[in-house]
Amino acid sequence: MRTRRWSRSAYLEFAITQTIRVAGYSAVVFVFAIFAFLLAEGAPALREVPLRDLLGSRWYPIEGFYGLIPILLGTLLVTLGAALIAVPLGIATAVFIAEVAPRGLRETLKPLVEILAGLPSVLLGFLGITLLAPQLYAFLGLSTGLTAFTGALLLGWIAIPTIVSVAEDSLDAVPRTYREAALALGATRWQIIWRVTLPAARSGVLVAVMLGIGRGLGETMAVMMVTGNAAVLPTTLGSLFRPVRTMTATIAAEMGEVANGSVHYHTLFLIGIVLFLISWLVNLAAASVVFRIRTRAERVLS
Amino acid sequence: MTATHAATLRSRRRHRTQQVGFGLLAAATLLTVVPIIFIVGLVLLRGLTAISGEFLLTFPTDGMRAGGILPAIVGTFWLTIGTAVAAVPVGIAAAIYLAEYAPDSRWTRTIRVAIINLAGVPSVVYGLFGLGLFVLFLRFGTSILAGSLTLAIMTLPVVISTTEEALRAVPSSFRVVSISLGGTHWQTVRRIVLPQALSGIMTGVVLGLERAVGETAPILFTAAAFYLPTLPTSPLDPTMALPYHLFVISTQVPGMPIGIQYGTAAVLLMFVLAMNLIATVIRSRSRAKRQW
Amino acid sequence: MPTHSAKRQTSLLALGLLLGFCACAPSPSPTNPVPAVTIVNKGSDTMVNLALAWAEAYHAARPSVNLSVTGGGSGTGIAALVNRTVDLANASRAIKPEERAEAESRGVDSIEHVVARDAIAVIVHRDNPVQQLTLQQISDIYSGKINRWSEVGGLDKPIVRLSRETNSGTHVYFLEQVLRLGNPDDRTLFAADTLLLPSSEGITTELGYNENAIGYDGLGYVTDAVRVLAIARSSQGPYTRPSAETVNNDTYPISRDLYMYSAGQAEGEILAYLQWILSPEGQAIVADLGFVPVGG
Repeated sequence: MRTRRWSRSAYLEFAITQTIRVAGYSAVVFVFAIFAFLLAEGAPALREVPLRDLLGSRWYPIEGFYGLIPILLGTLLVTLGAALIAVPLGIATAVFIAEVAPRGLRETLKPLVEILAGLPSVLLGFLGITLLAPQLYAFLGLSTGLTAFTGALLLGWIAIPTIVSVAEDSLDAVPRTYREAALALGATRWQIIWRVTLPAARSGVLVAVMLGIGRGLGETMAVMMVTGNAAVLPTTLGSLFRPVRTMTATIAAEMGEVANGSVHYHTLFLIGIVLFLISWLVNLAAASVVFRIRTRAERVLS
Repeated sequence: MTATHAATLRSRRRHRTQQVGFGLLAAATLLTVVPIIFIVGLVLLRGLTAISGEFLLTFPTDGMRAGGILPAIVGTFWLTIGTAVAAVPVGIAAAIYLAEYAPDSRWTRTIRVAIINLAGVPSVVYGLFGLGLFVLFLRFGTSILAGSLTLAIMTLPVVISTTEEALRAVPSSFRVVSISLGGTHWQTVRRIVLPQALSGIMTGVVLGLERAVGETAPILFTAAAFYLPTLPTSPLDPTMALPYHLFVISTQVPGMPIGIQYGTAAVLLMFVLAMNLIATVIRSRSRAKRQW
Repeated sequence: MPTHSAKRQTSLLALGLLLGFCACAPSPSPTNPVPAVTIVNKGSDTMVNLALAWAEAYHAARPSVNLSVTGGGSGTGIAALVNRTVDLANASRAIKPEERAEAESRGVDSIEHVVARDAIAVIVHRDNPVQQLTLQQISDIYSGKINRWSEVGGLDKPIVRLSRETNSGTHVYFLEQVLRLGNPDDRTLFAADTLLLPSSEGITTELGYNENAIGYDGLGYVTDAVRVLAIARSSQGPYTRPSAETVNNDTYPISRDLYMYSAGQAEGEILAYLQWILSPEGQAIVADLGFVPVGG
């Protein structure tokens, strides 16, 4: 009697442990499934479209032009523009919140940045269309308000919260003793930020920047609504103030158009693969930095 | 005398540098924060004039140029519930595995890298995946179910990583005591660790769902309908949703009154702000109650 | 008719078990009676508001029939018909031979129904002094041969070309009938810097403030915020503006039929709906929304 009850609870324990283990593995399964699925649907494009065409400079799928270069460069241009805005602002904000702001101010600033993180991209896109684009058109004398720059502005603000929160965490993690030691040596708080805290939190800040860029790369709706979606080959920096077309917007705008299994359908999945790989590289780089810190910290501690 | 004088000068110069530097940092912070206040304030101000009981509780009429946005609100509600039902158990279990069970090996490192990657997958790629797996392959069609599952996989990384952090914050002495009193591994986790980490877990879940509420790209091909005259009756029905509705009425309907656009934007924003508030409240209350 | 087949139930169950959770179903609320039948309707963005108006009116007349309407583009609708996820696909262009073949290879016989007609208006900013263009001039503007308004009698400003996305029937029609002037051997393309906007409304919004822009839209989308150009087949004229009259007497050169496609011969509720659409009641809605009724 008693043994049986024990065995039942032991069995339950075993079942629960296994369930938890399976859930733990699920993340790997999903990543694998996503990639396998993209590969299954996107790889045929490599067979159907000659590589020379994929590397062409014209994207016009309904007439058989499958050049990915303009939309790849379009994505990079918008993301780069966003990074130029988000990285300095994000890091400066993180430093201000972590090192300069008095406690009360800090407690107001952090929730504000979190609100920004939660703002739906479609909401920012809506404001981009109705307010930002006409303003930019009027003030900068552009030929249209729907440009790479408009997209970069929105993307920048979408990436900022990621950068701020990750960077702020890593600044917070710098041991207080470092700062106290530097103060004792007669350094000002400003010098400490530049010569002690930031260098100590270097890798965390780097991770913040990469995750922010990754967030920007994957943004769809806001970008689709404000960049004008013209698949021009952006060649000069002046292209920043002209319309571009990004990879995410291309997928979102065209995906439904094609019956399963057409060349166009496969090519859109191929774009998905390219996006997945780019974000994967960015994340892998970030992850390797994280693990490097960990192992270094572990070495120091042991 | 001169030496001290020079030192004072130097310290004054350093002090000024610091003043300017801090000023610049504050300016950057303002640049970041002011637009947020501006956006939230503007949307709420312009939207609240359009919001009424009728706006929240009736169907759109006249090609969505009049009437309310009830089906979009209800749809977003169901999608969020569906996402929670799917993502929360799996996410929490995965986090328990990583924090409480997993040995520190190459394999768990692989899992971590996978989670980081999952977090970085562009939302539109989730949409592609959901379209392929749930809509076409498993034949759920364009439905709340397909959309919820797609959003759930997108939400998993957030739930997993925040939950894991919350679990790891529970001091290990708690576990040692429980085990030494004869508790099994699972009993320890369930009765000691989880309750202690509950608020941290809740915060993570709410923040994860908050993103799911506002996402459009993943439901674009998996769940969203332009217009439905009745509310969805089963998880296999397509649904309207607030973010998609905002996209539609700000880009696809001619002669759309700006009030309805801002009203919809404001309702979506309030959804998000409410979740944010919940997360903040849970966090601050748990900090006050913490026992270690 | 997408039904909740046993197959779907099993796969749902399997997935539920696979992920280790139960997908709890929201139960229908008592205030929300379950309609006897749902007609799923998807496709052309040009037609989406028309389809929506039809759906609203029909549902009011026959509450037992539920209609789900989505846009996304003509190609989207036809693809969904082929994938058997919709009952009726809206298309602002005729189905392409390859789409028809794709449908047949999957055992879907796509049947065409002309439900309305549409004129495509070429529109500019309200303050643009240009009043009229020939088809050839519009073709040269969109293909990138003409890049400044001064070349067609306007101000010395750059021309910003606005177009619908490539998945829109309007886009395809405009490419074939205007850019290529109806010549099937012509390989002219839109200039690469043409802005492709995700919707008709995007074009109207941009034209609301941008004095450099030129765009095109179904007549139903044209609002007072923009100005419609008069168009001629040749420089001899006559220059006409789009209206129900000029479309039906064929003096306005850019008009087309709007279609609905059913998978196989329409029957039952779907047939009843199509018949209602073609009835005077359904066609009155067509006229209300600025489209051109058929058979009128």
